[in-house]
Amino acid sequence: MIKAVILIGGPQKGTRFRPLSFDLPKPLFPVAGYPIIYHHIYALSKVESVKEIYLMGFYQPNEDLNRFIVNAQTEFKIPIRYLQEYKMLGTGGGIYHFRDILRSGNPKAIFVINGDTAGDFPLVEMVDFHNRNNCSFTILGTEATENQSTNYGCIVEDKQTHEVLHYVEKPENYVSSLINCGIYLLNLEIFDYIRDELSRNQSTEFNNGVFLPDINYARDSIMLENKIFPTLSSTKKFYVYKTDNAWSSIKSAGSAIFANRLYLNVYKKSCPNRLAKNGEGLPRIIGDVFIHPSANVDPTAVLGPNVSIGFGVTVGPGVRVRESIVLGNSVLQNHCCILYSIVGWNSIIGSWARIEGTPSDPDPNKAYAKIEHQSLFTKGKLNPSITIIGSNVNVPAELLVRNSIILPHKELGQSYKNEIIL
Amino acid sequence: MKALILVGGYGTRLRPLTLTKPKPLVEFANKPMVLHQIEALQKAGVNHVILAVSYLSDMLEKEMSEEANRLGIKITMSQEYEPLGTAGPLALAKKYFEETSEPFFVLNSDVICEFPFDDMLKFHLNHKREGTILVTKVEEPSKYGVVVYDKETGKIHKFVEKPKEFVSNRINAGLYILNPSVLNRIELRNMSIEKEVFPFMCQDGQLYAMELPGFWMDVGQPKDYLTGMCMYLESLRKKSPEVLYSDQCVVGNVLIDPSAKIGKDCRIGPNVIIGPNVVIEDGACIKRSTVLGHSVIQSHSWVQSSIVGWKCNVGKWVRMENVTVLGEDVQVKDELYINGGYILPHKSIGESVPEPQIIM
Repeated sequence: MIKAVILIGGPQKGTRFRPLSFDLPKPLFPVAGYPIIYHHIYALSKVESVKEIYLMGFYQPNEDLNRFIVNAQTEFKIPIRYLQEYKMLGTGGGIYHFRDILRSGNPKAIFVINGDTAGDFPLVEMVDFHNRNNCSFTILGTEATENQSTNYGCIVEDKQTHEVLHYVEKPENYVSSLINCGIYLLNLEIFDYIRDELSRNQSTEFNNGVFLPDINYARDSIMLENKIFPTLSSTKKFYVYKTDNAWSSIKSAGSAIFANRLYLNVYKKSCPNRLAKNGEGLPRIIGDVFIHPSANVDPTAVLGPNVSIGFGVTVGPGVRVRESIVLGNSVLQNHCCILYSIVGWNSIIGSWARIEGTPSDPDPNKAYAKIEHQSLFTKGKLNPSITIIGSNVNVPAELLVRNSIILPHKELGQSYKNEIIL
Repeated sequence: MKALILVGGYGTRLRPLTLTKPKPLVEFANKPMVLHQIEALQKAGVNHVILAVSYLSDMLEKEMSEEANRLGIKITMSQEYEPLGTAGPLALAKKYFEETSEPFFVLNSDVICEFPFDDMLKFHLNHKREGTILVTKVEEPSKYGVVVYDKETGKIHKFVEKPKEFVSNRINAGLYILNPSVLNRIELRNMSIEKEVFPFMCQDGQLYAMELPGFWMDVGQPKDYLTGMCMYLESLRKKSPEVLYSDQCVVGNVLIDPSAKIGKDCRIGPNVIIGPNVVIEDGACIKRSTVLGHSVIQSHSWVQSSIVGWKCNVGKWVRMENVTVLGEDVQVKDELYINGGYILPHKSIGESVPEPQIIM
């Protein structure tokens, strides 16, 4: 029996995802029609030995989260519980805090999955690998470019045995292009390593001689990636399962557009019936498109590639949507054009309006390139990125919103380019 | 009576349209620019028009000879081989004006107005001096040379170039009537009529100003071409509203050639002129723009403050605005955004032009 923990963070996390995370915890943000962590649960449901799933984070219990858990339990017929951290405990501190719950029933291992990842997760293969090699700890790894690898945890492996020889989190210089995908399969022995590390922590007021002033920092906070994985390296217990499957982290809102594309592409293989089809009296579909059954799409609209239309959305005649996510109950009026954008819940886009962003897709000319999580500003200038229309925004007819972020509950009176509208 | 129209050269200010068609033939309100003047002159009794050109094309000659036949007048080309300014061309065409002692008209070719030539001639014959110039009111006189004149008689006191202090808000509208005697003041060289002829006529008490009623615009560059278009349509609305297009898809003043096709669910106007054989597909929206002959605007596109040249094809869900000018035979691919782009002829545009730019 295996248990699984999905780390969902808390309201102080996911700020790069604003303004979309104002309305809904980021882990519940829908990509390809389903919440980010729904996709993790879906992947876990395919692993027969997984019998229990925990969502761990420091959100106050809330209705959205409750409803999500109830629905997912019903759909996947697996117990799902929310474990609320009293403070930001880190990937290691969190599971250690709830070690009694996680250890009960004596599972063989625990999946730990970072909630801000997206991909075609090879969890079944990972479990096979873990059992076959008699690993104590298995980490999912993938190739990145040399340049981008330093933004991630870097793994040096023994090419023959796949043992992790060295692990370093976000190094300053290039170490290895094999990176951490944020998905681990850990035997219960991990708790011993965390306990030992914590006791070393407890013994001093100071950490490296510097008192950590972060109020969210707890003495029993510990990151697996910073403290535990380096220790596990070269113990002959820690192995990497390498995958070439699609994978991305979801940090900025821009990466949601990319994750949306990634999951829609995964559907082609895993559940093609979720993808919209062309047909008589139906809107024209180009490439991979998800349309929620409750959405009302005019047959003269053209959607795709890589578009998700949420629940209750109205797509009027002659509307064009490409590489975008349109969230629940929004209205796209006649002839409007939405490109590389996210349209928030309950927003209205007027006739002939144009909502356009700039893609931040990985460099298609570089193998293993990942999405760049660039900062919003460079030298005080807003970087061109996807356009985000917050919830309950009204964009009147014929206006242009380009490379901009509109915060919720705005009524636009003019066109905007390269601006953040508070 | 005779008239001279100062046509000039390559019409560089109206590029990229003038790269494939001589400026006098570029349509304004579905009629070659120079024909607005020639037809008005013919109505006022002019039977011989001299076009002062520095660059002569077969296309212009052919078209003008056809128009001469149609209107029953004579059109002569007077070509200069070195720059003669605004006065020199009169000296070059002297022989035509000396045939009689009648006064003659002189027009700058880029000017659009209601051309009140009859009233102008009456005024001129009434004051019995050598010259009359039309003046028009402007909002910012400091940008122009202004004319100071007697409001009662029209007698001009002086010209002031770009006045800092307000002296007058009337400027030279570029439309004159002159007696043949004025030719004695002009030499065959690069000479400015505004600076080297009029001030001396004014000193001699020989130059009078008449206020131009209605609108006036120099439409020699794209931005002003569009402004002039709006004024022209408004003037049509007052004078002959029956030529304006009316349909439920139309908003405001719109002129559409009968051979153009307009699709379903479009919104055309205000201030739109659509040329012959143009196709506007279903669900397009066009405002404050001119679409020249044989072009296609595909479905769901939005076009504002733009000039679409001849035989262009604008794709679906394209947004064009901010004085975008497409030269002849330009293709704009689907879903692009063109902001103030000047696109040279025969280009295919496959990427958005987000900031004003010339696309070679």
